[in-house]
Amino acid sequence: MQSFHLVPWIVFLPLIGFLLNIAFGRRLGERGAALIAIAASAGAFAISVLQYLSLNAHPEGAVVHLAEWIGIGALSIPWAFRVDTLSVTMMLVVSGVGTLIHIYASGYMSYDVRYKEDPGSYTRFFIYLNLFIAAMMVLVSGNSYLMLFVGWEGVGLCSFLLIGFWYNRNPDGKKGLLNSQAAKKAFVANRVGDFGFLIAAFAIFWAFGSLSFDEVLPQAGTVAPAVVLLITLALLLGVTGKSAQLPLYVWLPDAMAGPTPVSALIHAATMVTAGVYLVARSAPLFAAVPEAQTAVAIVGGLTALFAASIAVAQTDIKKVLAYSTISQLGFMVAAVGVGAYVAGMFHLVTHAFFKALLFLGSGSVILALERAHHPLPDDPYLPKKKKKHDDHHGHGHFDPQDMRVMGGLRKQIPLTYWLYLIGAVALAGLPPLAGFFSKDEILTDALHANPLVYLLLTAAAFLTAFYMGRQIWLVFFGEPRSHAAGHAVESPPVITAPLIALAGLSIFGGLLNFPGWHPLTDWLEHTLRHDLAHATVFNPGVAGFSTLLAVVAIYLSWQLYGRQPLKERQPDPLKKRLGRLFTAMENKWWVDELYFAAIINPYKRFAAFLADKVDWDFWHDWVHDSLIAKGFRNLAHFLANPVDLGVIDGLANGLARAAQGLARVLSLLQTGFVRNYALVTFLGVVLVLGYLVFSS
Amino acid sequence: MVPVSYYFALSAILFTLGALGVLIRRNAIIVFMSIELMLNAANLLFVAFARTYGALNGQIYVFFVIAVAAAEVAVGLALIVAIFRSRQTVNLDEISSMKG
Repeated sequence: MQSFHLVPWIVFLPLIGFLLNIAFGRRLGERGAALIAIAASAGAFAISVLQYLSLNAHPEGAVVHLAEWIGIGALSIPWAFRVDTLSVTMMLVVSGVGTLIHIYASGYMSYDVRYKEDPGSYTRFFIYLNLFIAAMMVLVSGNSYLMLFVGWEGVGLCSFLLIGFWYNRNPDGKKGLLNSQAAKKAFVANRVGDFGFLIAAFAIFWAFGSLSFDEVLPQAGTVAPAVVLLITLALLLGVTGKSAQLPLYVWLPDAMAGPTPVSALIHAATMVTAGVYLVARSAPLFAAVPEAQTAVAIVGGLTALFAASIAVAQTDIKKVLAYSTISQLGFMVAAVGVGAYVAGMFHLVTHAFFKALLFLGSGSVILALERAHHPLPDDPYLPKKKKKHDDHHGHGHFDPQDMRVMGGLRKQIPLTYWLYLIGAVALAGLPPLAGFFSKDEILTDALHANPLVYLLLTAAAFLTAFYMGRQIWLVFFGEPRSHAAGHAVESPPVITAPLIALAGLSIFGGLLNFPGWHPLTDWLEHTLRHDLAHATVFNPGVAGFSTLLAVVAIYLSWQLYGRQPLKERQPDPLKKRLGRLFTAMENKWWVDELYFAAIINPYKRFAAFLADKVDWDFWHDWVHDSLIAKGFRNLAHFLANPVDLGVIDGLANGLARAAQGLARVLSLLQTGFVRNYALVTFLGVVLVLGYLVFSS
Repeated sequence: MVPVSYYFALSAILFTLGALGVLIRRNAIIVFMSIELMLNAANLLFVAFARTYGALNGQIYVFFVIAVAAAEVAVGLALIVAIFRSRQTVNLDEISSMKG
């Protein structure tokens, strides 16, 4: 039975959850609001599974037309859902991982809102989360570039809202504006990418006369390569924004200001992979211009290595994972760049599993430290003896995300440790976990297509294993380097259960495209053109070499961090060996500073110039004040003084004075002597009579 | 029969005397008498011409003038009495409160 007609509900169910929580969330309390949100996300997952089952029977997929959206002349854009193997893969990942993260967040956020002393924000979090799922579903299910763009912007908005979720605080929990600034940075960096996307969309409409995937993609070969090159490079700019690639990746590390479930869902598993999905979706366009493909592959490869090198020197547990995410996104982008679309999608899926696991695991670690450092009085999962607030460690600055204050956590929180270890091994690419298969597929394809990219990716893979090893040794081994680390408490089941599910997926995710079997390749072949979806032959040399490198990297990390565990306040041992190189990596290669020096500060100076000189001095002081206001004032003075006071008043007063003068003269005639009057009368009569007599 | 020019001359003399009296004398009562003199000069002329031309309306006018003059004397004398009561004088030069 096919159920393609149900596909709009993948958007509407989360939207209904969103609206319900807006309307009733506060009254329902934490449990009710979380249940609604989880149910909405799980419902979307169920619909996605139904789509998957329908696709098994009808692999060609369907386009479900829901409503007319825009119709202007030749431009006709309906809201149509595209159900094919590629979009359903994304739907399953988004709603599946999304649901697990919803469950996790229902436990995690009830702690977070209390530590941030704002329990009312609990509902707000799930409102945003459901809105994000809805927007992401629009993104992956839209049948046109414009529909995709709606989702693209929607997830960008949710990302902004969730990064700035604690908008009046700094990432360390103190009051401040740094979280808001991180959100703003993400938004602005994404806008640069969106500009590329929009240019691409306009160019597509100009060249193809349509924005719909059905009409654009089959004609990819019929349009001049130069135009397609412009389109694909503009799309690449969009990808670098949303998927945090060089040079626009800078927003993603700062995005860790958001609560940890957000980092897992949006900034690791789903939203940031939208760029990879976009390239995979536009595969025929990219396939038509090899130059664009090379550009994509180089960007991806460089990003993978660059971000991995930064991850090596970070001390914040989430920052390591953030740079790791950028690096892994680089792998995916490089994969779709070398034409290994299936491998890219494969890595996207497995990465969603193990990076969500790692982020959620890091959240569990952070929470474990936070709860030990500052126990909540109403924490139901805390052992009784720990409820008393330990005062002897003082209330100095304590950053529960700093790996330097951790150590030895495997004894305190063994479950989190094991789950985290699975994620780390999967990310490091050790067989037989998921990351091994997907990464080696990418490496094999890269070796065939572009050796330079292969070298970049292999070096990145080496660093990946190294920094994950470093993180494991620093966080879980050695002796606790703070009071909180020594008394860390395991997280409640609502938090660990999703981790277990994700750990299972990370272990078995490799089966999705197991060498020699290739179910994902066969599955995506229905959507991608046959020449684009090739089954990667397992290359034992590549796989063996990368595994060897990973093992060497982990051994090196053990040498540095495992054999002699870090002491409290001891500098990083790598610093001694690498010297200034380590400083550079620690400072993220000063890219933020470079951007500030090259773009932001000149821009600010320009803006200050415009504001102070052009706007204030020229427009305000000169044009408005000197020219217009002063001119008007002078005109008014002129009208008031010479014209009004002089002429008009002069006229009126002059008339009055003239009348007064006349009256004064005439009043002289009024002597009051009756005989004078009589004389005048007499003379008048004589005159009149004389005139009458003599005139006739 | 006395020619009409005699009457005319007498009337002119009387009128001139009246006019000069009005203009020159200060006593209000004398001025009044002078006004009567001018009125009667006019009456004399009316009657003389009425008689000459045998027209009666001149004589009727004279009756009117006499009646009006009687009324005027009544009002005027009342005014003079009122002024005298308030100012103890009938000297016209001292009654100049109408001066502008």
